[in-house]
Amino acid sequence: MVSTKVSRRRFVAGTAVASTALVAAPFVRSAYAAGKLSVGFWDHWVPGANKATTDLVKEWADKEKVEVTIDYITSQGNKLLLTTAAESQAKSGHDILAFSTWLPSRYADQLVPMNDVVEPLIKANGAVNGTVEYLGKVDGKWLAVPATVGSQIKGPCSRIDLLKKHAGIDIQAMYPAGAAPNADAWNLDNFLKAAEACQKGGNPFGIGLGTTSDNVDTAGALFHAFGAMLVDAKGNITVKSDPVRQAMDYYKRLMAFLPPDAPSWDDASNNKFLVSGQGSLIMNPPSAWAVAKRDAPQVAEQLWTHGFPAGPKGRFGPFLPFFWGVWNFSKNQAAAKSLITFLSQAASAEKMVIASGGYDLPAFANLTTFKVWAEEAPPKGTLYHYPNPHNHQTLSIAAAPAPHKIAEQIYTQAIQTQMVVRYAKGEAMDRTLDWAAKELEGFSRN
Amino acid sequence: MADIAARNPAVLAGNQRSGLHKLMQRKSTIAFLMALPLILLIAILVAYPAGYAVYLATLNKGMTRFVGFGNFEFLFGRDTFWLVVYQSCLFAITAVIFKAIIGFVVAHFVHNIPAKGQRKWRGMLLVPWVIPPAMSTLAWLWLFDPSYSALNWILAIFGIEGIPWTGEAGWARFSVILVNVWIGSPFFMIMYLAALKSVPEQLYEAASIDGATWWQRIWYVTLPMMRNIIAITALFSLIVTFANFDIVRVLTAGGPLNSTHIFGTWAFRVGIEGGDIPLGAAVSLFMVPILAVAATFILRDITKRGSEV
Repeated sequence: MVSTKVSRRRFVAGTAVASTALVAAPFVRSAYAAGKLSVGFWDHWVPGANKATTDLVKEWADKEKVEVTIDYITSQGNKLLLTTAAESQAKSGHDILAFSTWLPSRYADQLVPMNDVVEPLIKANGAVNGTVEYLGKVDGKWLAVPATVGSQIKGPCSRIDLLKKHAGIDIQAMYPAGAAPNADAWNLDNFLKAAEACQKGGNPFGIGLGTTSDNVDTAGALFHAFGAMLVDAKGNITVKSDPVRQAMDYYKRLMAFLPPDAPSWDDASNNKFLVSGQGSLIMNPPSAWAVAKRDAPQVAEQLWTHGFPAGPKGRFGPFLPFFWGVWNFSKNQAAAKSLITFLSQAASAEKMVIASGGYDLPAFANLTTFKVWAEEAPPKGTLYHYPNPHNHQTLSIAAAPAPHKIAEQIYTQAIQTQMVVRYAKGEAMDRTLDWAAKELEGFSRN
Repeated sequence: MADIAARNPAVLAGNQRSGLHKLMQRKSTIAFLMALPLILLIAILVAYPAGYAVYLATLNKGMTRFVGFGNFEFLFGRDTFWLVVYQSCLFAITAVIFKAIIGFVVAHFVHNIPAKGQRKWRGMLLVPWVIPPAMSTLAWLWLFDPSYSALNWILAIFGIEGIPWTGEAGWARFSVILVNVWIGSPFFMIMYLAALKSVPEQLYEAASIDGATWWQRIWYVTLPMMRNIIAITALFSLIVTFANFDIVRVLTAGGPLNSTHIFGTWAFRVGIEGGDIPLGAAVSLFMVPILAVAATFILRDITKRGSEV
């Protein structure tokens, strides 16, 4: 390898031209030539998961001779959200930052286009799902690269024994480990019957109706199952429609079988409900199972992660991706793109997934069949269907397909769960819809 | 001749030096210089952010153009905003009233404890106030937990049905006010205790000689002597309570159905979580006129009483 000393300016100018071939061509070939790179990653809740990322970054930095500093920023207390807002305002900060679900579109004007990174990755790793494209690509421009770390599907995690005992459902037969789902009977009608049976049996479904993400995601997927949109892709308010009314009616019936305190649940409530042994089903990534494995192994042995029930318009599962984006004020954009490309390779993604115990999910179609999901136990195969390996359900996000600025407000202000609770607590349907329409009107302002 | 002397550089420098010397000897100059670090600190940490918030509140959602009072006009048309105004007033006024009553009563109890044991009682009663609110509120959150509430567990022992502490609008409002009162009462207690200790004992003796009852002594001696402290404490607490964020954020995050949102939490929801920073800034600025009116009335009353004395 030829070692040449390249000034940083020369390097940046040169690599900007060459950035279209990032995977094939290492962008720098001498010590210090690439300067420095600062990265703000999401701080993983799984102990040791950050280390896999650190090791990968180190491997890349050693090879490319770049000095990299990493900050792991927790999302607890909205720290990552606040950091992102502060960096955006100050136009200074990390070169690469982890952007949660709605943030790429929020900061679209300040992010470097990533088409030259994402398009080759799609060619290599397979297509991304529609939700990732909706959230990460605007007007043909990829705003950020879907990240493996932190991305998750919030599908049902059920108690094998309790579903069998109370509702007569063999969830493992519906979603067998290592094979395609056999879940035609897993629809919203049977889901409701199972919710009723489990509630009568003393182990209700643990579906929250609060304003935090888990609650909103479940409501979003069930609304999608009815084809219920609050605002369409063009920004028209469509809340006063039959599908929305059907979804609300369904939720009202379902709410009767949920814990009475469900409207005040946060993202920890459902986990606690399942791990304590009270609940028979929650909607969550495998974090609850991982906690149960540590704190309540007898519960963990009975948990099975699987797909959503199908509704009249299909089977939808909530997908929450994280992204890695590069600010347009970054001084080292080419190096940033190179690092993101490296982290998005199949081998890197697999290391991250293994380190997270199967929690993290790559967004690319060919990366959903790593061995780790088939092998995680107990019981063996409990996570096999978690990454949706057979494309059994459409991965979705609440409030889609509304324009991002409106959808983000619908999501963060939990309009869907608020509508459901209002209606279920006795408010007239039309009044609830009027309230929602007025809120949505407000979100539409520019 | 004098003109020539004035133009002489040596004379000029001497005059300037003596001018500067005189300036430096002025009390007001020294006072200003000594206060300068604090003034700079306030300018950086208070004035600049406040000015920036005003600037942000005049921008459109995308922060690309000036909209004047557009954000404020928009808020006036939102039902949720008026709900937040109502809840902020309810939260602050109710909490301050209860903190004042409890602080007043407890201050009297502590005042009547013999001096020997008073210090440890004062110390213990201050504990809720000195614990960081985010931490103590977390403990309250566990007590109010929807599924595993320790309070409900106790109620269940007596056969009483569990209360949805944070799950129902009325109870959720009660819970956030209760926690605020628990945290804030010791401040009132300590302020009132200090005021009580400064009331001359002779006044009570004179009142006793005149045959005043316990209630008359409170009404005609204690309260008038404490009026200014009560007013200032109430004002200070009103400002802090209006601007509260952590209790509501940790306990209910504004729910259920937005029924516990106050200005701070809703501004955060709209501005930071929802990505509409100008609107969030506009929401938070609404505290200013409300508090300004309260401060004007309370401080005017204090000034009036001061001049009467």
